[in-house]
Amino acid sequence: MSNGGGNGFILEGVRRLGAVALFLVRLLGECVPALGRPRLLVPQIYNAGARSLIIIMLSGLFVGMVLGLQGYDLLQRFGSVDALGTAVALGLLKELAPVVTALLFAGRAGTALTSEIGLMRATDQLTAMEIMAVDPLRYVAAPRFLGGVLAMPLLTAIFSVVGLYGAQLIGVQLLGVDKGAFWSQMQGSVGLRNVTEGVVKSVVFGIACSLIAVHEGYNAAPTAEGVALATTRTVVASSVITLLLDYVLTAAFL
Amino acid sequence: MVVDVRGVHYAVGGRPIFAGVDVQVRRGRITAIMGPSGTGKTTLLKLITAQIAADRGEVRVCGQDLAALSRSEIYVLRKRMGMLFQNGALLTDLDVFENVAFPVREHTDLPEALIHKLVLTKLQAVGLRGAAALMPGELSGGMARRVALARAIVLDPEMLIYDEPFVGLDPISLGVIMRLIKHTNEALGITSIVVSHDVRELATIADDSYLLSGGRVAAAGPPAQLRASDSAAVRQFMTGSEDGPVAFHYPAPDYAAQLFAADES
Repeated sequence: MSNGGGNGFILEGVRRLGAVALFLVRLLGECVPALGRPRLLVPQIYNAGARSLIIIMLSGLFVGMVLGLQGYDLLQRFGSVDALGTAVALGLLKELAPVVTALLFAGRAGTALTSEIGLMRATDQLTAMEIMAVDPLRYVAAPRFLGGVLAMPLLTAIFSVVGLYGAQLIGVQLLGVDKGAFWSQMQGSVGLRNVTEGVVKSVVFGIACSLIAVHEGYNAAPTAEGVALATTRTVVASSVITLLLDYVLTAAFL
Repeated sequence: MVVDVRGVHYAVGGRPIFAGVDVQVRRGRITAIMGPSGTGKTTLLKLITAQIAADRGEVRVCGQDLAALSRSEIYVLRKRMGMLFQNGALLTDLDVFENVAFPVREHTDLPEALIHKLVLTKLQAVGLRGAAALMPGELSGGMARRVALARAIVLDPEMLIYDEPFVGLDPISLGVIMRLIKHTNEALGITSIVVSHDVRELATIADDSYLLSGGRVAAAGPPAQLRASDSAAVRQFMTGSEDGPVAFHYPAPDYAAQLFAADES
């Protein structure tokens, strides 16, 4: 009995994964025409990107401040507080900025995308488009997906910059780490490879989180409960997938 | 014949909705699809607009067999039809003007000045030219349906489909929508399919009618003919009697026995 249940669970998982993969293929096919329609695309970049700026900047600042404090506390035991800049920069660029930005993106922009598209489904707007011979995948889903994918690396970069400023604020301004050592050590030990790792992660997380948000909204049951469930699934799935992909990508870059 | 549905079977999750339905819609006429709630009226519209496919049987629209059409061919065919949804289904992020302009912008390269004139003409036809700048959230139910009608006719379709157009309207809005359906049909020569269970309203505007019941067509013909039908089921629906073949009471155990069963135990 339990074996049958287990098989059913696996089968359902594979079915869902297949459905998401097929959805991604169709979505990518619609992304090229969507790139040629800035009137549809720009508002979506604004919604996913600009509207997430405050939460990203605030979180970046606090994460950077905590890193500065924790890093200083640890490094001073070994008498190497000058390495604070390096430690903070590597931690932010490679890990914290892409991951925390993706988690915040899923909570703010992802839920907004899912509930918006889900409500369009529930109020027959997507069906109405289909009857008007307008593919909702092209008109609604593709610009929103692309908006998320383009916004994520930009948000990650802003998170990193604000985070570095926060760490500098605590480490240099408050705790007295030498300003020259902080920046020059960072400059000396952070290479293009480290920055690339962060950028690759942010692009992959952007694709994963935007795909999940758009897919869940597009396939939400057309009821209030269906939209609520889809929104919850967006946050849960995006968070878990982000952390899983983070491990895979970290291992790949080592 | 604009729509020709023959011997259609359709089931959802093993539960049959249609067991051999035949419906023919003739060009230039208003055809009513009637039936009690849950008889698959909206499902029939989904079949005609190729949102779903029949399990068995044939659905032909404008002479084309829907089962043989590819996705892109279905989209080409849909440009020849318009549909009015129960709630209007207006795009909530666009104002009234842009909602009506939406199909024009998506399917044509007309210059802005021409789109402007075209949209205002259609809004004038439904009496809402003055509401062009309003957002869908600012409209009443009747107004939303009129905007949706303007959007449905903006590309001059051959066929218009109305899904429950009279539900939840006050008498004035109801009269307006009825007049618009009749007027659109006559002035533009558009074939109209109206799905509804409002028998009295349909009787005044429909040329042909079909009554769906139990997965089949229970009766077909002009509304007056249906009203004079010998069938008890058809008469009950047309006159709105409480009891008849469709019983008022949902099947239940004996009333007295159930009431006093608790006392005895």
